[in-house]
Amino acid sequence: MSLLENYSGPALSISGLGKVYGNGFVALKDINLQVAQGDFFALLGPNGAGKSTTLGIVSGLVNKSQGQVSLFGHTLDGDGGGDVYAAKRLLGVVPQEFNFNQFEKVQDIVITQAGYYGIPYQQAKRRSEKYLKALGLWDKRDIPSRMLSGGMKRRLMIARALVHDPRVLILDEPTAGVDIELRQSMWHYLKQLNEQEGVTIILTTHYLEEAESLCKNIAIINHGVIVKNTSTRALLQELQQQTLVVDLIQPYPQRPKLTSVPLHWLDDSCFEVEVKKGVAINELFQAFSQANLLVSSIRPKSNRLETLFVDLVRK
Amino acid sequence: MLTFIQLHRIAFTTILMKEIRRFMRIWQQTLLPPAITMTLYFIIFGSLIGSRIGEMSGISYMSFIMPGLIMMSVINNAYSNVASSFFSNKFQRSVEELLVAPLPNNVILAGFVFGGVARGLMTGIIVTGVALFFTEVTVFNIWVLSSVVLLSSVLFALAGFINALYANKFDDISIVPTFLLTPLCYLGGVFFSTDLLPSEWQLVSQFNPILYMVNGFRYGMLGVSDVSLATCYGILISIILVLFYISMRLLNRGKGIRP
Repeated sequence: MSLLENYSGPALSISGLGKVYGNGFVALKDINLQVAQGDFFALLGPNGAGKSTTLGIVSGLVNKSQGQVSLFGHTLDGDGGGDVYAAKRLLGVVPQEFNFNQFEKVQDIVITQAGYYGIPYQQAKRRSEKYLKALGLWDKRDIPSRMLSGGMKRRLMIARALVHDPRVLILDEPTAGVDIELRQSMWHYLKQLNEQEGVTIILTTHYLEEAESLCKNIAIINHGVIVKNTSTRALLQELQQQTLVVDLIQPYPQRPKLTSVPLHWLDDSCFEVEVKKGVAINELFQAFSQANLLVSSIRPKSNRLETLFVDLVRK
Repeated sequence: MLTFIQLHRIAFTTILMKEIRRFMRIWQQTLLPPAITMTLYFIIFGSLIGSRIGEMSGISYMSFIMPGLIMMSVINNAYSNVASSFFSNKFQRSVEELLVAPLPNNVILAGFVFGGVARGLMTGIIVTGVALFFTEVTVFNIWVLSSVVLLSSVLFALAGFINALYANKFDDISIVPTFLLTPLCYLGGVFFSTDLLPSEWQLVSQFNPILYMVNGFRYGMLGVSDVSLATCYGILISIILVLFYISMRLLNRGKGIRP
């Protein structure tokens, strides 16, 4: 693609980004962020932290107050030059809320979006077919979009965002309100898009297991400031301890205590145990065996990333 | 590889065709009402009251009011198409589809404005068809007729666009047609010649832009007008330039669409 010729820098580069809304609310303070080409990147944060504002500025939906944003080296500033159009051509956006005309037919929505990118009608029709089929919406192509279920509407927004073959895809809470089966299939599709087609994906989500299983890198934003920006792996290694929930095969009314590991009994057949970083699980099992505790299952009490996330945003 | 001009031409056509599809899909709300309203005008004002009035500016009253009624439909529909369509886009947030795309603001503006022009012209054709049942439709000067109707619909489509940018709720897009557009139309020489007004009201009426549109269009159809053509074109083009400038400034600032 000529827009990317000889470019080896980051897919998205944000420097000194700030946003103050008209009512004086400071949403972003000096955000600096880089997302590498081919990355699967999560921007996490509590409600009102500045995630959607950041992505809104990158998408051209929100005016920035200060700073620079560029996509594949093309600046996204203003409406004046060819550079901003080149940048927008490389970007696909799936916003948080449904934002298509509810009275238009499914395929028309995708074809119309292609038209906004200057894609001729016949080509737009072929591409709409490709993406509607890929996202399981081809059978619904002739019905008005308001008749789709919530999950289908989410997939329609993804198909619409992909119709011009963007190199960066921004998804703002793409699986919010989507059932687990559909969420899994969307994860699978996004992963495929990232790994096989090299599309850089940036998402925000409140499902931290989603970020943990999909994303290579994570930034956490809070009160308009990036508080963490690292790889998912490095972030998880920061966990000093995790809590495991252990289910036993049979009840133990006497609730035995272990000297090596403190157990927090939840009932006669289930307890929690805190494991410090670097402790081998084998040591735990040895201790359980010595106390004649027969374990049926063992699982983390909560999502590991969730624990870290809560720690970071509380600071 | 398509050039920027080709890409933007496709984008413009896409917006325009979407607008045309929209008002054709809801023809019962967009194209039918003006036909019914204007039929009533022709029956009540043209046939019933007009037969008692006789002639106005040397022509039958029915023929005299016809250009004004057509023009009234054109400008009302050009205005309300853009105002309601763009506001719906804001309300449903589908305006974001345009904002994320590599579209210059002038292409967005042109797409919506010409969508409004298309509805205005289509309504004009329908109302002219209705008029054929009541009187003879003549064309005195096709170039004046078509240029005045085109410029007038562009002007009101631009005004509708500005209204939509400022509107925060659906009520806000009906305020201007109800409290400004309708009175200006009625006082703009649709039903009477301004020669009939007292001199001070003649002076006031000269500040009504619809007067120039109606008279320019009437000249194109019948060859009679209360104002000069040069003034008519001068005022139309000046207002269009001002409204275009305001629209572009508001769009560039993201007024009502980009926080």
